[in-house]
Amino acid sequence: MRRNQTQESMRQRVHFPNKLLPYLLLAPQIAITLVFFFWPAYQALEQSLYREDAFGLSSEFVGLENFVLVLEDPNYVNSLEVTAIFSLGVAVLAMAAALLLAVMADRVVRGRGFYRTMLIWPYAVAPAIAGMLWLFLFNPSMGTLAYLLRRAGVPWDPVLAGDQAMALVIFAAAWKQISYNFIFFVAGLQAIPRSLIEAAAIDGAGPARRFWTIVFPLLSPISFYLLVVNTVYAFFDTFGIIHAVTGGGPAKATETLVYKVFNDGYVNLDLGGSSAQSVILMAIVICLTVVQFRYVESKVHYG
Amino acid sequence: MTQTTKLLAASAAALFASVGAAHAATDLQWWHAMEGANNEVVETLAKEFNESQKDYRVVPVYKGKYPDVLQAGIAAFRARQAPHIIQVFDVGTGVMMGAGKAVKPVAEVMKEGGVPFDPKAYLPGITGYYSTSKGELLSFPFNSSSPILYYNKKAFRQAGLDENKPPKTWPELFETALKLKSAGWPCGYTSTWLTWIHLENFSAWNNQPYATDANGLNSLEPKLQINRPINVKHFQTLANLQRDGVFQYGGRTSEAKTKFTSGECAILTESSGGLGDVIKSGIEYGTGSLPYYPDAQGAPQNTTPGGASLWVFGGKTADEYRGIARFFGFLSQTPIQVRLHQASGYLPVTLAAYEETKKSGFYEKNPGRETPILQMMGKEPTDNSRGVRLVNMPQVREIQNEEFEALLAGKQDAKTALDKAVERSNAAISQAARTIKASQ
Repeated sequence: MRRNQTQESMRQRVHFPNKLLPYLLLAPQIAITLVFFFWPAYQALEQSLYREDAFGLSSEFVGLENFVLVLEDPNYVNSLEVTAIFSLGVAVLAMAAALLLAVMADRVVRGRGFYRTMLIWPYAVAPAIAGMLWLFLFNPSMGTLAYLLRRAGVPWDPVLAGDQAMALVIFAAAWKQISYNFIFFVAGLQAIPRSLIEAAAIDGAGPARRFWTIVFPLLSPISFYLLVVNTVYAFFDTFGIIHAVTGGGPAKATETLVYKVFNDGYVNLDLGGSSAQSVILMAIVICLTVVQFRYVESKVHYG
Repeated sequence: MTQTTKLLAASAAALFASVGAAHAATDLQWWHAMEGANNEVVETLAKEFNESQKDYRVVPVYKGKYPDVLQAGIAAFRARQAPHIIQVFDVGTGVMMGAGKAVKPVAEVMKEGGVPFDPKAYLPGITGYYSTSKGELLSFPFNSSSPILYYNKKAFRQAGLDENKPPKTWPELFETALKLKSAGWPCGYTSTWLTWIHLENFSAWNNQPYATDANGLNSLEPKLQINRPINVKHFQTLANLQRDGVFQYGGRTSEAKTKFTSGECAILTESSGGLGDVIKSGIEYGTGSLPYYPDAQGAPQNTTPGGASLWVFGGKTADEYRGIARFFGFLSQTPIQVRLHQASGYLPVTLAAYEETKKSGFYEKNPGRETPILQMMGKEPTDNSRGVRLVNMPQVREIQNEEFEALLAGKQDAKTALDKAVERSNAAISQAARTIKASQ
């Protein structure tokens, strides 16, 4: 559907009488991209080739040494693994939960608006606050839910148990993203023609069958879009949550790539190494997006 | 020009100058990390100084927690927007000492400002820590603390222990914690700041080396020595007690304090600066000295200062430095120091303030408040107990914490954890020292 529309609009080309106007209209966007993306990206690239003291009093050109050090660091490999588990966990959990909630909310007849508003609400919560919220619930010394877990005999101690800490940040990060995914799934569900589903129902297809053969494939463009967005979210926007809940610990169990960039640059004052990591991170995200568009998108059904 | 007009012009100029001076009080930015009650102390100090004279105005700015203030200061310096005075915690001392031209030594500021300043008036353990190996004072000691022991009297009674006899040594503490646990208390012992209390102060208090070259005071690239048998024995015991639920780890900084104030853990080792929260919790508490190992030679030696000092950034005008010198002179006055000590719970940093507080009977009324001072002043410091100074102390602490967490989670034994901490820290120190050397 969407592709047809874009093709049509391509055909009816808009002609601007003034040659300058389109550039002028684009200028704010371009300026923002230049200042907030290209400039810092360039600085990171430059900094990654230097070794500098914290106060910026001296810097020494070291070529690719920072990259070599980063790639030789066993903690960097650990951080890659952590990021892979974390991102996959967040994306799968946030999307599956959102889809389930969207399908349920779509069926509700009375109070539909109320349910939707309530489900969208968590998106407005700042990451650091979402992190604190989960921390308060699950902190071993003061958390209410941690207390209940312990009473139930679960040895709950995310301060030392790495897998529990990981589970906690995945849940917190996914919880915050569910709302966003929910909005898109609800919109996607509304775009599916009722007649298709009714026809299938008349042919004797049960609710599960209707979902897997009609609804799910028709939602694939949105699911694909959300997969990209959720991966980027898990990579970059979850810093606040991790910082508030675990601080990358225990023993680096929740230190994602972005958190390591922060930690090495901000706490350990290794600016060159930190920049090298952010350059690598940039490359990873570019690759991931390309792969997603190349291979996953070819399987997406655009209707 | 007639005589009258000349006179008029001169008086106008004089008037202008005096008005100008009254308005152009030089602002001195002071970035700090003091929260709550301590923040009020800082605000009051600045206000009193500003009212005591007309030429300078100290502007205190709260910039977040200790690490945040340091990072903000560094970032501001890089952007050529550095404040005049910055409060840096003990861990950041090595970072600031490696800052070279970015910092102006306090001794120099005071001398140029013409303000008499006698480092000997300060507690020796404290000035020693903030001075170069040649004895030049680099930063102004502001608030100092030392780790002490807190215990829950009710828990002691319940376990049939003498509630007025806190454990003095580590073996005694571990045994007491076991007794408390078997008497049904949920947790025997917990501790805040494992790196500060169980490594840095542990070494000083037991008169053991933490690193070569007088714990880094005499070199940019010392090698850590925290994997000696006494360290291994200590951490293995902690790990075993954690496994049995007798000891409970709370986190890397002061998180464990809530385990004590909530009544969960019966014994706590924490900064003397944490006393306020313990009092506020309403728990029936007692205090004692930091434990030591009786078989360690020279133990107990002395503890090292925690807390923070005030650093002066470089690149300011002579006038601004004069103002800073006057402000530090103001802070050194005995009545100010006495009030700082009694109101904030930090140690008095001048000897006169200590004597004055003692004379007033404050320590009789507030038992436990003298313990950290006695710990720090008890003996002339040795090479092992003057303090630890590493150019990248925050990073080294991070590494140590990671290895401790893996140890306490039962993933490795104490020998492995400490060996790895030494190896990783030494590599990080070499890297950091390289950039510092290049900048000097």
